[in-house]
Amino acid sequence: MADGSAEIPAETDGEGTGGTLTVRIWRGREDGRFETYAVPARQNQTVLDVVTEVQRAHAPDLAYRFACRVGVCGSCAMTVNGVPRWTCRTHVRRVAEEGALTIEPLANLPRLKDLACDMAPFFENWQAAGGAFEGSATRADPPARVDPESGARKAVDAAVECINCGVCYAACDVVRWDETYLGPAALNRAWTLVQDERHAGRAATLEAALGQGGCGSCHAQGSCMAHCPVGLSPTESIAGLKREGYGGFNLWSALLGRR
Amino acid sequence: MEARLFALQRLSAIVMAPLVLFHLVMIFYAVRGGLTAAEIVARMQAGWWMPALYGLFAVAAAVHAPIGLRRILREWTVLPAHVVDPAMVALALLLLALGLRAVAALVGAGA
Repeated sequence: MADGSAEIPAETDGEGTGGTLTVRIWRGREDGRFETYAVPARQNQTVLDVVTEVQRAHAPDLAYRFACRVGVCGSCAMTVNGVPRWTCRTHVRRVAEEGALTIEPLANLPRLKDLACDMAPFFENWQAAGGAFEGSATRADPPARVDPESGARKAVDAAVECINCGVCYAACDVVRWDETYLGPAALNRAWTLVQDERHAGRAATLEAALGQGGCGSCHAQGSCMAHCPVGLSPTESIAGLKREGYGGFNLWSALLGRR
Repeated sequence: MEARLFALQRLSAIVMAPLVLFHLVMIFYAVRGGLTAAEIVARMQAGWWMPALYGLFAVAAAVHAPIGLRRILREWTVLPAHVVDPAMVALALLLLALGLRAVAALVGAGA
């Protein structure tokens, strides 16, 4: 780094700063335990970097998920010092407490091995909330012309960038205590479909999102919104579903079971 | 079913919100004016609208309270749905009976 030292200060070149980071990592399934590892503390490292370093240097059998490492794929979410986070975009210096990290799998999902949890319930809830897109045109039809300035499309824009990481699901208290609740991500997805004029099954999606375990179970505590790594607000999407389902005369429709 | 209960609870809340205020105003009016119990009963019996409003209040409360309590019991206790739901139907009937009985007594139907 001799040539680049003018632009890049030595302490940010990825080399150790001399200190040690103490990392407690969950090993095993539900009945597992924490194991402690020591890795070099670096000026610039993410939690995912640390997990990878532990696997390479100390525990080759450590199971965890990642793919893109740049916050797009949504596969590396874990619980870091008690908070659900996307680990590839979480810098250790922002979350370490007295030089220590405690890393567990996401909460509210079955633990498979070490840091990997079973995402199946999370995605099954997407289906249960009516999250499957149903086309209203054939491939012979021209592409739909959706007005980007329309209210519906703006509502979709605000909610559609979900990366399916499961952080909101792990952060939600209602998910924790109500096993029928579909969760913030699934309802956020349902909201984008209800507002999508190309979706043929809007009534069915709304029905599913208002039904058992649907948006009526949300307490609007906003943990999903507070923890969403990409800054979405499932809370607002759920409020939108409630307005769509119960606002004005729709309250009578809901009462009479008609849509 | 969940959507209907959700809608029912909101509707009953809409009904109750002004009635709660009305009821509070009535209490202040009766207390500050120094009305006796006998005078209050007499005024309840004077027109049809007082018993009608309080009857509506009793019905709305009987609908509203068990739906909310059901939610709380399901989320916060280990009681299963097949225990909570019939118990809440029973509570609704009990509240309805007590409420309407009180209104009936005030208008003198029970006397």
